Amino acid sequence: MSEDTSMLNEPLHATRNACKVCAPLGAAMVFKGVSGCLPFLHGSQGCATYIRRYMISHFREPVDIASSSFSEEDAIFGGSRNFKAGVGNAILQYEPELIGVATTCLSETIGENMIAMIRDSQKDVEITSRTPLVHVSTPAYNGSHSEGFHAAVKAMVTHFAHIDAPAHASPTLNIMPGMVSCADLRHLRELAGLFGMNAVLLPDYSDTLEGASWDAYHRLSPGGTKVAEIRSMGRSLGSVELGHTLTTGESAGAWLEKSFDVPNFPLGLPMGLRFCDRLMGALAAISGRATPQSLLAERGRLLDSYVDAHKYLSGVKAAVTGEPDLVIAMAGFLSEIGIRPVICATGTKPRHFKELLAGEMEGGIEDVSIIPGSDHHRLEAAVREAKPDLIIGTSKAMPLARALGIPLLRSGFPIHDRFGAQRELTLGYRGTQALFDRIVNALLEHRQESNPIGYSYL
Amino acid sequence: MSDEATDSPQAHEGLVPSAAEAREQMLEIYPKKTRRKREKQMLVNDPGSPGEIGANSRTVPGIITQRGCSYAGCKGVVIGPIYDILHITHGPIGCGWYSWLSRRNMTRIRKAGETNFLQYSMSTDMQEEQIVFGGEKKLALAIQEAYDEFHPKAISIYATCPVGLIGDDIHKVCREMKQKLGINIFGFSCEGYKGVSQSAGHHIANNGVFKHMIGLDDTPVEGKYKINILGEYNIGGDAWEIDRILALCGIKIIGTLSGGVSYDDITNCHMADLNVVMCHRSINYMAEMMEKKFGIPWFKVNFIGINGTKKSLRKIAKYFGDKELIDRVEEVIAKEMSEVRPVVEDVKTRTSGKTAALFVGGSRAHHYQDLFEDMGMKVISAGYEFAHRDDYEGRDVLPHIKMDADTRNIEELEVEQDPARFNLRGTADRKAALQSEEFSFSDYEGMMRQMGKDTLVIDDISHHEMEKLIEIYKPDVIGSGIKDKYIIEKMGVPCKQLHSYDYGGPYAGFKGAINFYKEIDRMTSTKVWKYIHAPWHDAAPAAEAAAAPEPVNA
Repeated sequence: MSEDTSMLNEPLHATRNACKVCAPLGAAMVFKGVSGCLPFLHGSQGCATYIRRYMISHFREPVDIASSSFSEEDAIFGGSRNFKAGVGNAILQYEPELIGVATTCLSETIGENMIAMIRDSQKDVEITSRTPLVHVSTPAYNGSHSEGFHAAVKAMVTHFAHIDAPAHASPTLNIMPGMVSCADLRHLRELAGLFGMNAVLLPDYSDTLEGASWDAYHRLSPGGTKVAEIRSMGRSLGSVELGHTLTTGESAGAWLEKSFDVPNFPLGLPMGLRFCDRLMGALAAISGRATPQSLLAERGRLLDSYVDAHKYLSGVKAAVTGEPDLVIAMAGFLSEIGIRPVICATGTKPRHFKELLAGEMEGGIEDVSIIPGSDHHRLEAAVREAKPDLIIGTSKAMPLARALGIPLLRSGFPIHDRFGAQRELTLGYRGTQALFDRIVNALLEHRQESNPIGYSYL
Repeated sequence: MSDEATDSPQAHEGLVPSAAEAREQMLEIYPKKTRRKREKQMLVNDPGSPGEIGANSRTVPGIITQRGCSYAGCKGVVIGPIYDILHITHGPIGCGWYSWLSRRNMTRIRKAGETNFLQYSMSTDMQEEQIVFGGEKKLALAIQEAYDEFHPKAISIYATCPVGLIGDDIHKVCREMKQKLGINIFGFSCEGYKGVSQSAGHHIANNGVFKHMIGLDDTPVEGKYKINILGEYNIGGDAWEIDRILALCGIKIIGTLSGGVSYDDITNCHMADLNVVMCHRSINYMAEMMEKKFGIPWFKVNFIGINGTKKSLRKIAKYFGDKELIDRVEEVIAKEMSEVRPVVEDVKTRTSGKTAALFVGGSRAHHYQDLFEDMGMKVISAGYEFAHRDDYEGRDVLPHIKMDADTRNIEELEVEQDPARFNLRGTADRKAALQSEEFSFSDYEGMMRQMGKDTLVIDDISHHEMEKLIEIYKPDVIGSGIKDKYIIEKMGVPCKQLHSYDYGGPYAGFKGAINFYKEIDRMTSTKVWKYIHAPWHDAAPAAEAAAAPEPVNA
């Protein structure tokens, strides 16, 4: 026990079973959520292959990512030749409306000048000049998939949003949803609709990463935010940005506000009553409409279930791990329903992680072990010490949950040992309700299974 | 009824273009330079005299390839499965994370007291600071930390792209730490940009395993017939099924390189009398080097499919030449076949005449043709992802393969006979005595000699070519990997993952064959895509098109 916990305070030089993935994966996910966009990684082809492999096992959908396929020679002399050839080939084969170019450790380490390379490739090749290339810098030695995701959203907005873009046909709201499920994306759009607004969701991979069977072949999966919509984001009524870490730097929403006076509402992921109330408040303020009755009814039912289940939840302890935005929102939500999130761990080191958590947690953070830059090994040590009743984390937390006999509620990325992660709703009153029920049932199931007597009435 | 008739391959056989026409349709979209390159990688097959294929050449940038990188081939495929080595990836977080139990190498501990470290993914998780100032110090500290915590028998280090570029000398760090800690510590310079695919990583891995592990432990091994299985990674438990069959025959496997294998097995595996090779592509280097150094002969086997399994067992028995073993093998085959036969006969009534295409790996696209053949199915097109010319055309082309820059960059070890340990058990003499027209060693005839005439061989198939292939042939099933599985299925063709087996398996040996027949039967019998259109989808146009009314009593 003592040797398990002592490591919590020691600086570690190796990461064991990381709680984070690399930055280009986050960027690729954003690119998949833009209509007609082909993700392109500038580096070794292994990066594209590995990232596709994991996105596909989470979403169970095609994920095509092109690569400039560096050889040893290119690693030494620079990859501009491969970049140009790669972009040209990708355009000829896939006819994308745009290409999202993310860098990798390789191209970042050799210091490729992407801006010049993109300019050159568009000058020289007749065909590429018509296809916009949006660049985002995503070395894995700086941040994680979460930072890569947010950086790609901002790159898209700053690349396309323009003062001269035509106004939207109807009242429109920008939503930067963060890394959420396809079901959440659809629900966010629905929520905007309930306030009489169209939503420009950036990204929106709800169709591209959870599509129907096709009756005709598509080179690129249909769906996603249209470039024309992104161009006009500066003409929207307002922006809603979901994710606490976005408040600590210049986010896409902040940039839109600065550049085009589009009021920005930086909010956390709307999980739990308080965060959802904040979202509804923002939607009401932006649209000038009151929160519709149907949502108030959902809110009412959610609160009622809080009362009903309080006997199961009060005093329960949980460990939460995942992307920082998810951890903060989840911990805030848990604290609101009587569960103590005694461990809050994330793989990356976002700025002000502790302060952001402190600001959202009912009951303070004194009893909470906050671990930025965590891995699952460190998490395990913390779990052994704090003995939570529930772990909320990705599929990668399964071995430790099993070893310690603690139920695991899967959330975040990746989930590859359960079916339907892309359809799991966690946002809004309705999503919170679904999440709430899953949490209560995970605890009940565990209690039932670990009891020698088969009580069926709980 | 009528639907099924038009779906069967026989019905539209007359309408499909020839392989040459299909090839042309796949190529026509490409710009000139890309076309020239792809032309060499797509051949209309003639099994009598396989053409020269442009395999193991650079991937065209921007073409969406299924290939991985050198790191994936080295850490991910060949060495990663050795379960009691502590594997540390030196680099930023992605590579180590992505290779964390993502191949389905099944493992169980073989000897009491051993530890399985495969559930650990250790990485130096390099940050900008190390990229700028170097990562050797962090690597040394990570090794120390791993040693303190786990006390493994051996630690292995894998370099990722930035490591070579910033000039970290991982081998120096390994030597120093080996001296300091007194356990075996070695490194692999398998940066992702090396070579043209994961194949380069296989070679790098073979070299390292040979240099740092093979031959370390001379403890004699009990058993009359001792062999190693090279190039079997125990995906879905394949190696265990092979173990089971060989154990029934009385044949002892010292090391399976490298599925479900321990460090000790590998250091001791030069005590075998024979190496048999499953995946020629990933491990033929090892077979060659072990023969040169220790005089252990090798030949190619294939435990995928009942005919391959039978042939392989008989050849191993013949190598040892004991009547007892030869008879035992026949008994085992007869007994196992009594279970296989009823299944394959039943499945065949539904699968016979159906078509398949295979695009996978460096040996599987060949091996699995046997299983489809067992089921009476026709393989219309196949190709590897990262194989070389010899895997297509046979090892006799080896002297004619041109050395290119990418291959030259991968070290070729100089191996010499070990004066004390060469031919210790007379294995080199046995080879000399046996070698004849009927009994070949160091052999691999390649995929193309087994494939039908006028089938289409496509190396490193691109998404575009796959799309065309489906459009033209609409095969009943495609064997491929997770990266194209869902695109194939979006187009209404079932796809069997032959890297990870769709989380099923084993498919090797006799029991594996039964699993595979049932799986393919299930997949090719599905009617799910018939429901793509809701019942009312065709109703409106049909009502309008009064000229062609639906027959009422069809």
